[in-house]
Amino acid sequence: MLVLILKILIPFLLIFNLLPLLIWVERKGSAYIQDRRGPNRASFFGIRLGGLLHTISDVIKLITKEDIIPAHVNKPFFILAPFLVLFVACVTYAVIPFAHPIEINGGIFTFQAADLNVGILYILAMSSLGVFGVLLAGWSSNNKYSLLGGLRSSAQMFSYEIAMGLALLSVLLLGGSLELSALIDDQTAAVWRWNFIRNPLAFILFLTAVFAEANRLPFDLPEGESELVAGYHVEYSSMKFAMFFMAEYAHMIVGSALITALFFGGWQVPFLSTEFLRTNAESGLFMVLLAHGVLFMIIGFFLLGKFKSGKYGDKRDYEVIVIGLPMTVIGLALGLYTLLHGSFQLGDMGRQVFAAVLQFGVFMAKILFFCWVFIWIRWTLPRFRYDQLMHLGWKVMIPLGLASVAGTAIVMVL
Amino acid sequence: MPLVQKELESETMTLNIGPSHPAMHGALRTQVELDGELIVRAASEIGYLHRCFEKHSEHSTYQQIIPYTDRLNYVSALMNNSGYCRAVEKLLNLEIPDRAVFIRVVMCELSRVMDHLVCIGTNLVDIGALTNFWFFFNVREKIYTAIEKVTGARLTYAYTRIGGLARDIYPDFASDIKAILKEVEQGVRDVVGLVANNRIFCDRTVDVGVVTKEQAVEWGFTGPCLRASGVAHDLRKAEPYYHYDEFDFDIPVAENGDTYDRTMVRIEEIYQSIKIIHQALGRLPQGPVMTDDARVALPPKKEVYGSIEGLMNHFKLIMHGILPPKGEVYSATEAANGELGFYIVSDGSMRPYRIKCRPPCFPLFAAYEKIIEGHMIADAVAIIGSLNIVAGELDR
Repeated sequence: MLVLILKILIPFLLIFNLLPLLIWVERKGSAYIQDRRGPNRASFFGIRLGGLLHTISDVIKLITKEDIIPAHVNKPFFILAPFLVLFVACVTYAVIPFAHPIEINGGIFTFQAADLNVGILYILAMSSLGVFGVLLAGWSSNNKYSLLGGLRSSAQMFSYEIAMGLALLSVLLLGGSLELSALIDDQTAAVWRWNFIRNPLAFILFLTAVFAEANRLPFDLPEGESELVAGYHVEYSSMKFAMFFMAEYAHMIVGSALITALFFGGWQVPFLSTEFLRTNAESGLFMVLLAHGVLFMIIGFFLLGKFKSGKYGDKRDYEVIVIGLPMTVIGLALGLYTLLHGSFQLGDMGRQVFAAVLQFGVFMAKILFFCWVFIWIRWTLPRFRYDQLMHLGWKVMIPLGLASVAGTAIVMVL
Repeated sequence: MPLVQKELESETMTLNIGPSHPAMHGALRTQVELDGELIVRAASEIGYLHRCFEKHSEHSTYQQIIPYTDRLNYVSALMNNSGYCRAVEKLLNLEIPDRAVFIRVVMCELSRVMDHLVCIGTNLVDIGALTNFWFFFNVREKIYTAIEKVTGARLTYAYTRIGGLARDIYPDFASDIKAILKEVEQGVRDVVGLVANNRIFCDRTVDVGVVTKEQAVEWGFTGPCLRASGVAHDLRKAEPYYHYDEFDFDIPVAENGDTYDRTMVRIEEIYQSIKIIHQALGRLPQGPVMTDDARVALPPKKEVYGSIEGLMNHFKLIMHGILPPKGEVYSATEAANGELGFYIVSDGSMRPYRIKCRPPCFPLFAAYEKIIEGHMIADAVAIIGSLNIVAGELDR
């Protein structure tokens, strides 16, 4: 029971702790794309940490703001909608495996909250539910802009779900299973067995559909800031608004996880299979620890090198030391310990855990890369128009999706 | 199977876009009747930023009006300054020193560059491409800094005077501007690289908000919007003033008159303005920047304190202001947005009897409701950005 709760809680907390980080990356990343500095004002006792604290002050602000429920709204649905949106955005992670299962006392321990044998159907079902939250928000707000936003989003999500389903269908034809863990197993550690190489068309379709599902530019029509003010969440304030906001980022993370799991080999470490990792765990651990030590030291030295007394003339001068010094010390300690200790002796359990941790790390790295792609595209492309969006969804993506399914099926038969 | 197919009953929805709406630059308001997302009918309303510029001018001396003109098109206020001053100078039949003319040209073309940067930048924001905005605004900021060093203000300059300029440029101005213009060109290149062949941008703008040649002339369009429709009319070429006939520059003309063309004409005009600025800076003569005509120019302090004529002249100019002869005058300059005209009626007193300002965006906004009919909301937003309506100038 405890294991199950932990299994549910840990990935959930992981996503929720990634949210503020991702918001920071979005704000800072967009700033660097746009030749400006980005957030760097919020400070606690003079320590600013390059804008990281903005997220915390945003949260404090949003929690303490007055929660306004306008008089003309449909109250039950108005309150329900943000919960629904956030709920749906967060539950999809349940079927995503984070690492290769390990054996404990003969039993198999999987790194996913629910090892459903119809994982892909679950994903489709949950993403379909996402429409309801947005639609309810748009309709119950009783505001014309919201209504248009809700209308747009429902049409958009329904249309792109079909393309998404077809892309998924190609993948499950390749993998021959509805189970996500089986699909990842099927892709193996060899990069050319990953689905984005085996079926690039399905990958592009799925990527596009995930963008549309997450309501991110170039598909952010439901919000369409310049047209519909804020679209379906125009009447929301305080934490209810924050829930929509969080849902968008949760969508991004879950979407990235899905792209990774379905097309980029999930937790597979490129070219290093689980067996290989387990048999070579001892030298692998040595190398990983040493690499981390060196990495920490490089970052630490880089930060310490940036220290210049009197640069700002206040506590900000010491920020680089506050972070840089511990990093250098940790890196130095880690590296020295590894070098002095020499080879490690790992039991059967230790080898499995080492492989799982490494795979988990690789999985997270892939997810974060796709999160960055989301951000990168958002600040590069303009927005579609409603009819162009529908045109793309129905007349381009669905035929392509069908072609992808048919092509995959033919290749599989041959 | 039913013999008669009955259509589902549906109603149109009336939606107020503006006066407070993120895409309505300033305080513009358009009521649209929507069938789904399609605009069936539209009606615009103006006056939310009415500041009584014309009536107010009737109660001010001629010099006091110069700061008011800053508030017309606040994106390129220097052009309003020199446009107004040129009208009064025409009324007085006054020649201004050549140095002042060339500095006015430089300032006007810099303003044109800034105006186009703002217009294209905000239009792209409305379409959803936010990054381009900063590529433009970063360089615009640098132009602002240089102009601030000359005029002392960042937005409302009040830099020109009737008869010349308030003060001369600083010594390094030319080299500063040349360095900034390089960055402007780089910024424009960046943006063109991002949008010019971008499929989404083209889909959003090509054949959206088409204004034909005939319509553009009929509706009284001027400036980039007219030239995008294929009419090569530019007051700098048609009725040259300020030595514009001696500068080597082209008038960009497009064919379709859609949103894409309007954007691209503006981008090309930025390049042409840069060309003019380089030439004007190269030809900048030495000399005073203010005429010594006693009707408009304050005498030097030495004369004020040293001679009775100087003292009287100073006193009369301060207390009574400029006294132009009886008569009326219309003077038009090519502002960033089109023809900016000032019609001044003088009864010989210190205050104008009547001032009428012909803002370039008034005909544009008058046609806006006709252009957007049959388009979608997203198009309406893209079109209004490309027409570049500035509320301060529209409502005056």
